[in-house]
Amino acid sequence: MKPSIFGYEAPTTLEAAISLLAGDPDAMVLAGGQTLLPAMNFRAANPSLLVDIQHIQGLRGIAVGSDAIIVKAMVRHREFELDEEVKRANPLIAEVMQHVAHIPIRNRGTVVGSLCHADPSAEMPLLLALLGGSVVAQGPSGSREIAAEKFFQSFLTTARNHDEIVVEARFPLLPAGAGWAFDEVTRRHGDYAVVGVGCVLALHRSGRATGVRIAACGIADRPIRLKDAETILNGTTLGPLDLDAAVAASLVAVTQPDDTNVSQSYRRRALGTLIRRMVARAAQRAETVA
Amino acid sequence: MTRMIKPAIADRSADAQVEVALTVNGEAVRRSVSVRLLLSDFLRHELGLTGTHVGCEHGVCGCCTVLIDGKPGRSCLTLAAQANGYSIRTIESVAAADGTLHPVQQAFKECHGLQCGYCTPGMVMNILGRFEEKEPLDLSDDGIRELLSGNLCRCTGYLNIIAAVRRAAELLGKTPA
Repeated sequence: MKPSIFGYEAPTTLEAAISLLAGDPDAMVLAGGQTLLPAMNFRAANPSLLVDIQHIQGLRGIAVGSDAIIVKAMVRHREFELDEEVKRANPLIAEVMQHVAHIPIRNRGTVVGSLCHADPSAEMPLLLALLGGSVVAQGPSGSREIAAEKFFQSFLTTARNHDEIVVEARFPLLPAGAGWAFDEVTRRHGDYAVVGVGCVLALHRSGRATGVRIAACGIADRPIRLKDAETILNGTTLGPLDLDAAVAASLVAVTQPDDTNVSQSYRRRALGTLIRRMVARAAQRAETVA
Repeated sequence: MTRMIKPAIADRSADAQVEVALTVNGEAVRRSVSVRLLLSDFLRHELGLTGTHVGCEHGVCGCCTVLIDGKPGRSCLTLAAQANGYSIRTIESVAAADGTLHPVQQAFKECHGLQCGYCTPGMVMNILGRFEEKEPLDLSDDGIRELLSGNLCRCTGYLNIIAAVRRAAELLGKTPA
């Protein structure tokens, strides 16, 4: 399988890249290409022009700030996974990255590319949604920051305009002492998740949970924050009845219909199981805070 | 045995062309290529380096794995045009010039880690690349399975390949984490 004919440009400035996109409604941005190129090889994607952004200055590197980790557009999954500062600042990230495809794919695929592709089963959109992060998109009239909950709109659909390039993503740090957990149910390790759940929470010295965040992928047309479950669990000791209530309140969020792999009811069961496990694992890792 | 890179032949394609300059197995290569040419086809058809195998052409099987700037990557999910400026290593560069096998290849041979051999070049390049990373190696069964998870083999059942990875680590003096 070979891609059909397209044009190819590798500009060295962001302005040139943006004007190439603005000038062709069927142009697409090429970063790591680990989703786009297979889609083109299948001829499921047929861009008229590829705008390769790898040679643009200023799109590389990870910066760990005081409140967020800034990931530039050309940062590969594997860089994000292995960065020592990232591991210290937000250990949830390394746990999530283990589940993204295989090492050779992670060596080429980019974090921001994955966010822009917005597969509702993928891990990167879930991570950004769970942490309440954002992206910065640059277009002809300047740049704007878009919060995760506004950015992911539907299947493979984001708030990015056609003539915008997402130049960076901002993943917030974990609050001091917070526990974290991520796991997924999948047919094969490295494959897209059937359901994935991430959790972040802190424990007050009374034993009660605070700052609970739970999000899931694979259950709807975008990554979903399970806010009802968060509200139920905040202020509790995370006992069995609290978890039962949190799971019961989350099942309605599963809107993916039956498909060739699994039924909707299977996804609901998997979601419930993962919520229980991830809350327990995050609580185990949380240090008690005053 | 290092295979020689083929000289350029006249192109009859009507596709848009782009000039690429890259390093392949230590040798500087400059060619004009179709913008839609995959790196895997560039290596095989244009350079004659047919040791890089092509299985699925959508990133699943891992046969076409080469080292891209030292890191394992899918040559079928990379355009030759994207590889402008890259340094590529293929299986042809792995054994010594006199034919002496590299320890990873030797380990595959000793452990019977291949039958038809179609997946082997991709396996070897992936393992080599991972061995060259600073990140500590996990040589447990699970760790090796994770390392090999992006390479499909349809003959061996993997047990001998797992043994070969462990043997290669031993031959190269790699200690587990």
